[in-house]
Amino acid sequence: MPRITVTVDGVGYEEEVEPRLLLVHLLRDTLGKTGTPIGCDTTNCGACTVLMDGKSVKSCSVLAVQADGSEITTVEGLSANGVWHPMQRAFHEEHALQCGFCTPGMIIAAIDLVRTDPDPDDATIREGLEGNLCRCTGYCNIVRAVRRGAQEMGVNTP
Amino acid sequence: MIPAAFDYARPSSLGDAVEALTDAGEDAKVLAGGQSLLPLLRLRLAYPTVLIDLGRVPELQGIADEGDHIRIGAMATHDDVVRSPLVNAACPLIALATATVADPAVRHRGTFGGALAHADPAGDLPAVALALDCVFLTRSASEGREIPAAEFFVDYLETAMDPGEILVAVKVPKLGAGWGYHYEKFHRTAQSWATVGVAAAVHRDDGTIQDVKVALTNMGSTPVRAGAVETAVRGLDPHDATSLAAACDQADQGTSPPADLHAQPDYRRHLARVLTRRAIRRAADLEPG
Repeated sequence: MPRITVTVDGVGYEEEVEPRLLLVHLLRDTLGKTGTPIGCDTTNCGACTVLMDGKSVKSCSVLAVQADGSEITTVEGLSANGVWHPMQRAFHEEHALQCGFCTPGMIIAAIDLVRTDPDPDDATIREGLEGNLCRCTGYCNIVRAVRRGAQEMGVNTP
Repeated sequence: MIPAAFDYARPSSLGDAVEALTDAGEDAKVLAGGQSLLPLLRLRLAYPTVLIDLGRVPELQGIADEGDHIRIGAMATHDDVVRSPLVNAACPLIALATATVADPAVRHRGTFGGALAHADPAGDLPAVALALDCVFLTRSASEGREIPAAEFFVDYLETAMDPGEILVAVKVPKLGAGWGYHYEKFHRTAQSWATVGVAAAVHRDDGTIQDVKVALTNMGSTPVRAGAVETAVRGLDPHDATSLAAACDQADQGTSPPADLHAQPDYRRHLARVLTRRAIRRAADLEPG
């Protein structure tokens, strides 16, 4: 079996993996990072979105072997020294979730959006999150949260 | 679901990749960005015995200016293409259409070459490549070939490439000054495939359309060049809405649109006519009308 090295949320791992193992299964089943949920299994819903070398990817659509040598950030790696990431805090403050299943992917996708557009307007936020589905909120509070999170990231990223 | 088991090879040069693909035989599959292939594996609609991962083959990377055309490496991601100053300056239709492919996370992994080699007639890029007369550069163990777009797309998910052949890069001709572009896409939801899409490039001079290139997404088993529209539109004043609409009413000529849950063929034909008119008007810098 191929042997891979990955850094996940700042910790290095070396694992033997079956070629067919999906990155999301490596994260959840092998490394215990269950903060990243599996939603649709068809590359639609975005719940399993993580950052791979700084860019958002759907971890159900990446093989663990393809991630060899890369740096992965999941929602579990966002807080620093017990302090939430500004985007996490904004989702909390703006009540941008109900059941919370889509939230890890939403937050990661939002952080990726702000990487390329530090001050997105509402239309840009909606476009930027088009790969992430929420079945509860109707998105309004999510858009508000991303706007607030983006502003706070500008002044206060941990 | 979990994909069926397969072996995995990760060549680090084009020569090694071609050799691995040849050695692996006909049940091997090339893995580019995986955004179409991995869902197929997960749904167990495909059972390759070996995946040849092209992710670390340097010859397939990069976007380069080569004079009268730009060369887009097969493994350039959609995100690379959308953000490339070169693509945006020299071949903006490619960037416009690529920005509509799926969503940002998929565009970070999905590749220009992968989307074309997959040859899904509902995908956005095949029609764009056809409209722009792109040329496909391929490599096999025995030879390198240049395949024009008009010959590349053979049937549903089928190209002119042989099983042992790998797409290396695509040459996109620069159309030069005076051209306008638009990709008009009609789809049900944000990330869904085009019900119908229209790629259009329009060259205006002295108030008339001197030249035009139009190709259709999801109007048959391959992307379709709207030749009748191209002939009928040349020489028209784009402000002459009646004549333009009449010309665009030929958009569905020679097409065999599919039927599915979202649209019947006659509805797709209607969409092709309306969206072609909008695409040409937008490419000519007018309101869609």
